[in-house]
Amino acid sequence: MNYIEHIGKYFLMLGQVFKRPQKGSIFKDSLFRELDDLGNKSLGIAAFISFFVGGVVSIQTALNVDNPMIPKYLIGFATKRSIILEFAPTFVSIILAGKVGSFITSSIGTMRVSEQIDALEVMGINSLNHLVLPKVLVTVFFYPFIIAIAIFLGILGGWVAGALTGLFATKDYIDGIQLDFKQFFLIYAMIKTMVFAFVIATVPAYHGYYVKGGSLEVGRASTQAVVWTSVVIIALNYFLTQILLS
Amino acid sequence: MIEVKDIHKSFGDAHVLKGISAVFEPGKTSLIIGQSGSGKTVFIKSLLGLHTPEEGDICYNGVTYSKMTTDEKRNLRKEIGMVFQGSALFDSSTVEENVMFPLKMFTNQSYKEMLERVNFVLNRVNLDNSNSKYPAELSGGMQKRVAIARAIVMNPKYLFCDEPNSGLDPRTAILIDNLIQEITDEYQITTVINTHDMNSVMEIGEKIIFLQHGVKEWEGTSKDIFRTDNKAVTDFVYSSNLFKKVRQAYLMDDEK
Repeated sequence: MNYIEHIGKYFLMLGQVFKRPQKGSIFKDSLFRELDDLGNKSLGIAAFISFFVGGVVSIQTALNVDNPMIPKYLIGFATKRSIILEFAPTFVSIILAGKVGSFITSSIGTMRVSEQIDALEVMGINSLNHLVLPKVLVTVFFYPFIIAIAIFLGILGGWVAGALTGLFATKDYIDGIQLDFKQFFLIYAMIKTMVFAFVIATVPAYHGYYVKGGSLEVGRASTQAVVWTSVVIIALNYFLTQILLS
Repeated sequence: MIEVKDIHKSFGDAHVLKGISAVFEPGKTSLIIGQSGSGKTVFIKSLLGLHTPEEGDICYNGVTYSKMTTDEKRNLRKEIGMVFQGSALFDSSTVEENVMFPLKMFTNQSYKEMLERVNFVLNRVNLDNSNSKYPAELSGGMQKRVAIARAIVMNPKYLFCDEPNSGLDPRTAILIDNLIQEITDEYQITTVINTHDMNSVMEIGEKIIFLQHGVKEWEGTSKDIFRTDNKAVTDFVYSSNLFKKVRQAYLMDDEK
């Protein structure tokens, strides 16, 4: 199947996903289950990575700013900007694409090869709507919270790194993160996050739903899903940056 | 009643079903037999609407499936129970949740009413006290029985079973066969079973359809199968010496 066919099939899939759920109470249960699987269980890894990468960004900035003419508060300023604009929304999303994307593909793919999806269809249930819509809603509306936490922990990690290494003073760092605060940059980060979250839920769901074969094919589909989700995120990041910041 | 009229189904270059026609009547257990790759699963999945035939019609009580609207198809499917080859139970749900799922989805019963119904069907398949177990904690035979319980929980008009005995020991296989037969008689369900299992053919085959290379090669009852001279059928059914002897004994009885 060529790329155009895949893209067409992906959008046809979305047409089935975005339908009114057949039973509200079952949809609510699925929503809470997905909130735990895709939301709560992603918080730890996002927090851990954000904290340490924030520290690395501030240390690297400090080590590269050795000109006495450049004020030290720029370390905090650069750390804040890079975390809000790029690191938190894009790189945490790519990490989540790996963790959550492979989970979505393998769980839906296993349901496909073990005929659980056929069982849903035979019962008269729109399986795409039942399985994918809760995932989309949870990722799109919960991941902005994860990214907000990632931004906070990244900046905090930058400060902790400075305090531990002595490369810059706390006051300089705090002055830097307060300098030239632009609210739109946070909105920009959240818009990117929501778009990436949609991709994280739907691209792996597509790979899982249409998998054919057995467990080996499910494994292959998971790998492909992570690769394609990351590729789409990187490509969309470029276009969103052009559209929103230029 | 289900009427199948000259259906054809292909996957790429492979012409899997080549003009199959059949009638499945209420209160009867019909068996589809044939070698692996003869098109049995594709046939049953076409009846269920999981595959769309390129030609021919499938009519449920006189209404053509392909002409039904999406809502009509969904409503029809509420009247269908299916037991899949691998049971297809939801791994992350308990036995009770698996069986209760169709009730939760399509009825407005209270939890107490649903639980009563779930316990009734679990009792019917001899699976009491397993409500809180997960599919992975059950044996193959128990999983099949849960799948049957889930298939009949909505009082279906049509029951489809794909290889219900595969992977089961002979005793459990007979139990499953008898259970399907009893349920079919009790609720006057139209039951269609795909099987390789010759014991099932002899035990519960009120109507048997033999498929070979996507063509309906033979049709009859379990008694007819002893008398047929159709070479494809006899090669398939009497490939084992045991069944050859059973046939000889049956024919000798017939002559007496």
